[in-house]
Amino acid sequence: MSILLSNISKNFGQFAALHNVNLEIPEGELVALLGPSGCGKTTLLRIIAGLEAPDEGQVLLNGEDKTAEHVSHRGIGFVFQHYALFRHMTVFDNVAFGLRVKPKKERPSEAVIAKKVQSLLELVQLGWLADRFPDQLSGGQRQRIALARALAVEPNVLLLDEPFGALDASVRKDLRQWLRNLHQELHVTSIFVTHDQEEAMEVASQVVVLNQGQIEQQGAPAEIYDHPANAFVSKFIGQTNILNLEQNDMAWLVSAGISADNRHGAVAHIRPHNIDLEKASMSSDSPILLKDWQHLGATIRIELFNSQVKGGNSSLFAEMPNERFKQLNLNRGDKVVVNIKQAHWFN
Amino acid sequence: MKQSRIMPGFKPALSFTLVYLVLIVLIPLSTLVFKSLQLNFDDYLAIITNERIIASFRVSFVTSFIASIVAGVFGFIIAWVLVRYSFSGKRLLDAVIDLPFALPTAVAGVVLATIYQPSGFLGRWLMDNFGVKVAYTPLGIVVALIFIGIPFVVRTVEPVLQEFDTTMEEAASSLGASRLVIFNKVIFPNIFPALLTGISLAFARGVGEYGSVIFIAGNLPYISEIVPLLIITKLEQYDYAGATAIALTMLVISFVLLLLINLLQLWARRRSGQN
Repeated sequence: MSILLSNISKNFGQFAALHNVNLEIPEGELVALLGPSGCGKTTLLRIIAGLEAPDEGQVLLNGEDKTAEHVSHRGIGFVFQHYALFRHMTVFDNVAFGLRVKPKKERPSEAVIAKKVQSLLELVQLGWLADRFPDQLSGGQRQRIALARALAVEPNVLLLDEPFGALDASVRKDLRQWLRNLHQELHVTSIFVTHDQEEAMEVASQVVVLNQGQIEQQGAPAEIYDHPANAFVSKFIGQTNILNLEQNDMAWLVSAGISADNRHGAVAHIRPHNIDLEKASMSSDSPILLKDWQHLGATIRIELFNSQVKGGNSSLFAEMPNERFKQLNLNRGDKVVVNIKQAHWFN
Repeated sequence: MKQSRIMPGFKPALSFTLVYLVLIVLIPLSTLVFKSLQLNFDDYLAIITNERIIASFRVSFVTSFIASIVAGVFGFIIAWVLVRYSFSGKRLLDAVIDLPFALPTAVAGVVLATIYQPSGFLGRWLMDNFGVKVAYTPLGIVVALIFIGIPFVVRTVEPVLQEFDTTMEEAASSLGASRLVIFNKVIFPNIFPALLTGISLAFARGVGEYGSVIFIAGNLPYISEIVPLLIITKLEQYDYAGATAIALTMLVISFVLLLLINLLQLWARRRSGQN
């Protein structure tokens, strides 16, 4: 089911949680709503679900205006950050709930329900937990049961609010991969909220970046990373060095062979991996020194120091693969020449 | 293996608890048993199978039961309102709930009797409009016991409602459940054990209640005479053995009933996965 949001605004008292949000999500996508906390991403998700009513604007599901439709009639599946499992019911009864509360005419027989619940529990790989109560499960297991429960009613849209937020790092990593695979299997339009840009980039086919109640950019992860629409997105997604040319950070660019005429804005954002280094002889006039470096596993992070930059940003971070760093044979305090392969310019 | 605890003092705390229970609860209650042992079994049976006394047992337990159920419903609604909504005067309402705890029960009894008696304003209104007589009937006893019982229900249900995770309701709603279904299948089962505790407290209190009841009950033998009143009456006639026989019977019945209620609670908790 496709989703279209037009001119959505929502205020909580004086606080404007969402301001004129327009968003179109085609069928079958796995979309991440990404933003810092308090940016309105959860509110937007709840408005799509019908758990929250927008002050202005429309929610269209499959082209039909569902703004006034109650959450129970929207055909959505919602997975809550803290699972919201029914703690007085077994795992089986939790998953069966959506089927058992259907009106009599549409309700399947208990045998059909049992079969369906069992197959859903197999899908989330927890068939053996059917008789347990939620309190007896681990966080990761609860989240998967919550997902199975939401999928039981065969929703047209699956909405997940910070689905991995309350889990520890290793479980989170497994579940991300698992969610991606599940989506490829089921192809149900899915939207999940996250504040973790890495998670959004890894799992989603489309990323929507929100800030202060407005959409900053929407696109495929690669597009957002390689072509950030503005300074906020560039800063929020991945690591970046920020050079403010109105202060005297210009010296960095001059050192890297970019002249003042060649600039395209007031601020340059440079990703660490877009900075390449060459070793310079100690007698060269390069003002840039290798100050320090850290081993991050597959890559090495290098901190550079420019003696010509006063005030501003006297340090710059570069990243390169392990092998390349070994080839360069650099030590702390060596003079280097910097080559900036790509920069994003903003005003 | 010795288990390490952050807070020490299991032994002194348990000893204190046991000594306290013996001094305050067990010794007085066993005196009751010893006192009634002065009677032989036939005398005992003769006293408690007296028709007037059996009638008073029926009055006491039936009115307490009805009152505790009604207090359960009303108390639940009040607790719901206090937890779920915010409105002006909420604090005042919150304080008013506890009044029956604080008020001398005799005061409550006099007040209730005054308004519900045939010439009192609620009593007359009910008589004129519905032909219902409240004061000096078992209904009057029920009214007094509801008054006494409600705060027990409110104060036991309130914290549980407060802790209730409302996202469960949202989850149920997103799965297509109607409001009625959400209440019946999600909210109520989670609150039920606490509600049962509140109702059983109200019931236990109701069975023993004296001060607020006797003024409104009218104390007509066989109709609106409660057990505690009969015990007092026997005591005033220096019939200590008779009084203790009735008291002991009441103690046993109350104990059995509370035990049953506890089992019911255990069952409700087990069924809902709360241990």
